[in-house]
Amino acid sequence: MALALQTFATVSDANAALKAAGTRYLGGGTLVVRAANEGDISVTGLVRSTDPTLSGITVSGGKVRIGASVTMAAIARHPELGAIAKAARAVGGPAIRNMATVGGNLFAPAPYGDFAVALLALDASVGTNDGEMPIETFLAGRDGNPAIVTSVSFTLPKADSFRFLKVSRVKPKGVSVLSIAAVPEQAGDGTVSSARIALGCMADRPMRACAAEKALIGQKLDPDGIAAALATAGEGTSPITDPIASAWYRTEVLPVHLGRLLLT
Amino acid sequence: MAKVPIQFTLNGSEKAEFVEGGTTLLHALRDKTGDTSPKGGCHQGTCGACSVIIDGELRLSCLTLAETCSGTDIQTTSGLAEAGVLHPLQRAFLDAFATQCGFCTPGMIMAAKVLLDHTPNPSREDVVEALSGNICRCTGYEPIIQAVLTAARANSQNAA
Repeated sequence: MALALQTFATVSDANAALKAAGTRYLGGGTLVVRAANEGDISVTGLVRSTDPTLSGITVSGGKVRIGASVTMAAIARHPELGAIAKAARAVGGPAIRNMATVGGNLFAPAPYGDFAVALLALDASVGTNDGEMPIETFLAGRDGNPAIVTSVSFTLPKADSFRFLKVSRVKPKGVSVLSIAAVPEQAGDGTVSSARIALGCMADRPMRACAAEKALIGQKLDPDGIAAALATAGEGTSPITDPIASAWYRTEVLPVHLGRLLLT
Repeated sequence: MAKVPIQFTLNGSEKAEFVEGGTTLLHALRDKTGDTSPKGGCHQGTCGACSVIIDGELRLSCLTLAETCSGTDIQTTSGLAEAGVLHPLQRAFLDAFATQCGFCTPGMIMAAKVLLDHTPNPSREDVVEALSGNICRCTGYEPIIQAVLTAARANSQNAA
């Protein structure tokens, strides 16, 4: 079926056009063209915007703003984003990374959306023309999201405080069994003063491991110190079952991989 | 619905076509220009058989809308041979028995070409990473990896 593509110079005009029933936003195409190829007849029209504010990366005073149209490849090779490059490189193969955008990744259903897991651990803000909102608020309401995402912003972590792991069966690249991003802050004596841990594939969208985060506070990142966090890692999760892994398997291996990530 | 005019450069030749809205680049290349070297495997962005090079970057033509490619420079495997002489990558794939059924081969060669364009002397890990979005169900990958490394060596010897 023919799909009409409308291109707008500004996000505002694209937002207005997106209100039409059956219309979806076209970023890199890895979600919406895939849906159309699969025969998703709910997609009847596509909208995109060439607004230059969607395509820039700015790093200033430790704060990062990434336009929603920026690709995973552009993030992975950006000289000032080395600390989070591994999360961008975890997405797809080289061709997918040249197409997939940071904005689209926020909407990718599990088992996809590994970069959004990283953004959740980084406590990112998601920008639209209506302003910014915390990524958790955005993710909770993304299915009914009426506005085009324009940017994500976050504080750049220190290179050694951002940890990321994508577990897949196919090496070097495959679909996620699960992914974990963690940002533990350590005090001078090595104990954890704060921690954010985000999980991918452990629900239909990225989620935080809040119980494990709490259990890490005041602990050292050694096998005894992380034991309580690993015991509570699965709290609140409802993992997906798909051809990659069952929900049971994901639940069983989550503490193993979280442990490996925290002990590295 | 009115058809959409597109024009692009395909392997050095100017092309102008009319496509229906929503036509993928893969279909435009195969059905309009007659270049059947990009293959339609999964149409989901999983297999890499449709890989082409657009403005120097590896892309999946099955997930790219043709009308977003107006004004671009597109390379496919069918444009690699010059005056009947195979490209070093094509030669190396044949010599290393890196192609069996052949369905993944044009995508593999495009992925490998982008790698060698940017990294003339890749490590084995570089090759594995570069081909990580392309699936082959015949070879077990090892002959393909060896072919790319052989082509890289042939290129550097020719350049020396």
